[in-house]
Amino acid sequence: MALLEVENLQTHFRTPSGINRAVDGVSFHVNEGETLAIVGESGCGKSVTSMSLMRLIPEPPGRIAGSIRFAGKDLLELSDREMRAIRGNDISMIFQEPMTSLNPVLTVGRQIRETLMIHQGLDKAAAEAHAVEMLTLVGIPEPKRRVGEYPHQLSGGMRQRVMIAIALACNPKLLIADEPTTALDVTIQAQILKLMLDLKRRVGAAIILITHDLGVVAEIAERVMVMYAGRKVEEAPVAELFRSPRHPYTQGLLGAVPRLGSSLTGTARRLAEIPGQVPDLRKPITGCVFAGRCALATDLCRQYAPGLEEKGPRHVAACHYAAKGAVAA
Amino acid sequence: MSPPLLQVNDLKKHFPVKKGLFQRKSEFVYAVDGVSFEIARGETLSLVGESGCGKSTVGRAILRLFDITSGQVILDGQRIDDAAPNTMRQMRRRVQVVFQDPFSSLNPRMRVRDILAEPIRNFGLAKSAEDLEVRVTALMDTVRLPREALNRRPHEFSGGQRQRIGIARALAAEPELIVCDEAVSALDVSVKAQIVNLLQDLQREFGLALLFISHDLAIVEHMTHRVAVMYLGKIVEVAPRREIFAAPRHPYTRALLSAVPLPEPGAQRNPIILKGDVPSPINPPKGCRFHTRCPLVFDRCRVEEPTLRSAGPEQWVACHLEDGTAATAE
Repeated sequence: MALLEVENLQTHFRTPSGINRAVDGVSFHVNEGETLAIVGESGCGKSVTSMSLMRLIPEPPGRIAGSIRFAGKDLLELSDREMRAIRGNDISMIFQEPMTSLNPVLTVGRQIRETLMIHQGLDKAAAEAHAVEMLTLVGIPEPKRRVGEYPHQLSGGMRQRVMIAIALACNPKLLIADEPTTALDVTIQAQILKLMLDLKRRVGAAIILITHDLGVVAEIAERVMVMYAGRKVEEAPVAELFRSPRHPYTQGLLGAVPRLGSSLTGTARRLAEIPGQVPDLRKPITGCVFAGRCALATDLCRQYAPGLEEKGPRHVAACHYAAKGAVAA
Repeated sequence: MSPPLLQVNDLKKHFPVKKGLFQRKSEFVYAVDGVSFEIARGETLSLVGESGCGKSTVGRAILRLFDITSGQVILDGQRIDDAAPNTMRQMRRRVQVVFQDPFSSLNPRMRVRDILAEPIRNFGLAKSAEDLEVRVTALMDTVRLPREALNRRPHEFSGGQRQRIGIARALAAEPELIVCDEAVSALDVSVKAQIVNLLQDLQREFGLALLFISHDLAIVEHMTHRVAVMYLGKIVEVAPRREIFAAPRHPYTRALLSAVPLPEPGAQRNPIILKGDVPSPINPPKGCRFHTRCPLVFDRCRVEEPTLRSAGPEQWVACHLEDGTAATAE
């Protein structure tokens, strides 16, 4: 059974220059214990999608429509109070920048304790003991000393570990990780990715991983959803998506990343470019959102938006031509 | 053989940090601590390493955005680290820079036309007003931006377009060397590919040398001729692309390469996961600076600092294991 089911999610923002349709009719699901990656470039709506799931979009100027069913409840129909009981408890989140998402004037111990005392009703001593346990779990050396330290005393990698400790403190069913390693150096990124994989096995939480880094996706995701201009354009199991991407945008993305080792195997080539830019989401888009940048676009694409069609087992893509094999890589 | 375009000898840059109530006690950040390399005409040398390794400081020292602590920077046979202001002015034309963030490195109040015209005027490259206009429009063509865009201001452009303006501005001075300081790191995947391709085309077209400073190893492999790997203010390995990516010798280079996630699901790999963080450059470890995280550390590493030794044609490594008499690893 799906843990999370999102149906026709629309998150729009009122701006002085018109309504920005940041997320425009996105549906997806996440099964228990599964890792779903949402990939796309800046402005594709991946972060707005995750913020909408947590109902962290300020309304107004934002407006969320559609349905977000989590463990049988529609999150969009809950009161603020009920929603607060879910945030940080059943669903928790890790952000990209651990420096700005930790409170600089509170010790890290206090910040871990806070979630435990509010959601689990632990007393201070029990919460403190659990905080030390969490820091040990995320691999912070000398956890007893570190609980008393402030975020500025920790390195970037350590801070991200603390964020993960806070997020996992209440054993959430779903963890949303928004670019969790983007701000980190590669050797630290490798540590954090390994930690996330280990913890997933132990805690069993489902993960929604938001990222633009296809390497990170290949490393930890099971299923991938590709977003472009506020829409879902393709979704498939990870191996399938990398082996036979169907949507021209996904193909473009994969072709635009150089592979490590390509200079040795003689596979080095000019990087594929996707010409042009993302369309302005404040203007209505007729036809396929990608038509303006797609080499295969025809009048059909410019007039009618393609729906998501089944292109293979558990593999959907929104392209008029993908099924015909003409664009299959 | 002609002398290299740029030669850097034992470059050091130590930044003072004030401490204490009366700011009397002064410590130093050993940002760059004895770095030497050369760049030939038309060559791309990449400086790679993690945050705080000093790669950007090296770039800035070459641009002489500050005075260096010691060492020499020699451009085409002439020292520029201690050049007098008048000579320096002419030398600056020959070394230009493209920064990481196209949002903060362009003056928001200037039109693109003026941004591009400024270096041409500064260095007196245009013979007349018409010549200036010809040069400015040619630059727009070179970086593949529409000529109409000359009258717009930076905020009207996307990140990738702004980076093109930054590149055009660097080219305006007709440089021989461009320092690209994380020039594509802030860009989205598809735009990054456009800018990488553009840089490669420009290098071929104008015979430019590039100092490509980056932490993105896949992009570096795609772009570069040679690579210098930095760790805590020192170069630990320098070699041609093939050697670095096929047969890295320094344990840090190996760890760095193995840590890059590959866009191949299910790829069999055993990343070398380094323990801990990079130590502070205020108090770098004694002996080999990498010894606190090195999986192959042995006694000698803790006391004696390794120097760069030849480990093959054009390949240099600073590791005691490369010394023929190396003890076995612990």
